[in-house]
Amino acid sequence: MSDSKSNGVKMTSKHLDFYYGNFQALHDVSLEFKKQQVTALIGPSGCGKSTYLRCLNRMNDLIPIARVEGKIMLEDEDIYDPSLDVVMLRRRVGMVFQKPNPFPKSVYENVAYGLRVNGIRDKGLIEQRVTESIQRAALWDEVKDRLQESALGLSGGQQQRLCIARALAVEPEVVLMDEPASALDPIATQKIEDLIHELKKEYTIIIVTHSMQQAARVSDITAFFYIGKLIEVGDTDTLFTRPRLKQTEDYITGRFG
Amino acid sequence: MRNSKMDITQEEYAEAGPEKEQKTQAADRPPKAGRTSSIIHQTAVRKQRRRRFIQKAIFSVFRLSAVINALALFIIIYFMVKNGIGAISWEFLSEAPRDSMTKGGILPCIVGTILLGVGAILVAMPIGVASAIYLNEYARPGKVLRTIRLGINNLAGVPSVVFGLFGLAFFVIYLDMGVSILAGALTLGAMSLPVVIGSTEEAFKAVPDTYREASLGLGATKWQTIYRVVLPTALPGVLTGGILGLSRAAGETAPIMFTAAVFFTPDLPESIFSEIMALPYHIYVLATAGTEIEATRPLQYGTALVLITLVLGMNLIAIIWRARLRKRLKG
Ligand SMILES: Nc1ncnc2c1ncn2[C@@H]1O[C@H](COP(=O)(O)OP(=O)(O)OP(=O)(O)O)[C@@H](O)[C@H]1O
Ligand SMILES: [Mg+2]
Repeated sequence: MSDSKSNGVKMTSKHLDFYYGNFQALHDVSLEFKKQQVTALIGPSGCGKSTYLRCLNRMNDLIPIARVEGKIMLEDEDIYDPSLDVVMLRRRVGMVFQKPNPFPKSVYENVAYGLRVNGIRDKGLIEQRVTESIQRAALWDEVKDRLQESALGLSGGQQQRLCIARALAVEPEVVLMDEPASALDPIATQKIEDLIHELKKEYTIIIVTHSMQQAARVSDITAFFYIGKLIEVGDTDTLFTRPRLKQTEDYITGRFG
Repeated sequence: MRNSKMDITQEEYAEAGPEKEQKTQAADRPPKAGRTSSIIHQTAVRKQRRRRFIQKAIFSVFRLSAVINALALFIIIYFMVKNGIGAISWEFLSEAPRDSMTKGGILPCIVGTILLGVGAILVAMPIGVASAIYLNEYARPGKVLRTIRLGINNLAGVPSVVFGLFGLAFFVIYLDMGVSILAGALTLGAMSLPVVIGSTEEAFKAVPDTYREASLGLGATKWQTIYRVVLPTALPGVLTGGILGLSRAAGETAPIMFTAAVFFTPDLPESIFSEIMALPYHIYVLATAGTEIEATRPLQYGTALVLITLVLGMNLIAIIWRARLRKRLKG
């Protein structure tokens, strides 16, 4: 345990099984996520990437039929330990969802929300954090004149960057991103990818993506899932150029054409 | 093979021109001879014609129901206005009844009804919304929840006179509130509770789970999520519940005749423990128990007109308010 800090491991899952009722969606997944690294989760639709991601901040707790076996550690803490404060966990492990889901509030209030619920009252500080976060999410120029307007009036891509800004505002340690660019045009995607590079310096980032190119561009480590199992994980460069397993190769080459 | 067929279709399309094409698609007349080559096309056209007919028929039925509804409201209002407008005057609205209620106005009744309506909402909204929050956001599905729901549904079916008797036995006598605004508001509140709970729950269900997830994902507690995201988003719907509850409460006679309203009290209420007059009860009294039932007909209609105007007016204000809230949410 003690050496997990020294070698920069931020999160670990150990023999993780996950069930929706009787349906087992994840089988024995063991993975490590290091600080200042981007890990990409890839795999065909329905293989359990989102499910796995949502285990990491216990978002699956909301689903009554969901059940987890195995362990997930955030540094030295077992996040499924009954004594752990799940609210605290989610402050530390932030999330950007597959579909943009801004609140029906103003652009400003969307980003300020996380700060407010975490008890920050200082208006100056909130304003500064809101501005910073929107800038980091490469959205500032587009919304700076409409901060008080409803976030639902933004385009899909703008909404997604707003959700990223919202997640960044509370300064999590780990950022989970579920296909953050799936609704974005190439320019906005580029912005998000730049952002990920930027964030990497401070955060641990885990990103689900359907785009091989994107995984190759942004990630250091890539993990390939197939029907609920972790098939292969490794250095992104190695995994894409010299995959060890045929399944991995088929998937990658199928997409690369 | 496929190509050649496509070519034909396109040529035909060019020849017929877009307008004709549209008309053919409207299926109001048989397809042109050139098109009969395709059996699929023929069948499709025939099918479509049938579907269109059924659709039209069903829509007509729906439209008729809507029209009947509107008509009923219109007739009621027309009838009330026609018979009651003569009684309306400033004196009627601003004075107390006199001469055994055969003359004068109905001010105490107006005040009484407004107080009872507001009181009922003040009772039903907090309790109703709190119940809905518990049922929808906290309670685990199971036997307890099912039992509670059964109770609420049955509450909605209890006749209003039973609520009146309950109010008399429990609030007026057992809790010793006497015949008072308080007892009446509590009784009416209890009666409108199922409506408020039901519509609040609907409003809560309509809030997408993604909002809840987003909020929890930012480290908000469950209560913060409900209070800051779910409740504001659901507010227009919650308001509808309030409106429905209020309209129902304001027009009821049976629940207040034992608990709050009296035959005659010319003074305006001094506290929540005062007894009062109320519009629906006043109508009832004039129409059934007054000394001169026939002579006071205009007063009865006038009172009814005021009651209807009051209820519709309150609904209108609430609807406008709700629409503005919705607009603010949608941006
Ligand atoms: N709430 C749920 N209840 C039951 N089964 C679910 C639920 N959510 C997901 N599943 C099932 O779990 C499996 C994994 O789903 P998951 O959403 O994790 O896939 P994914 O890899 O994220 O797919 P995609 O790339 O399409 O987003 C699927 O078979 C899915 O049908
Ligand atoms: Mg997914």
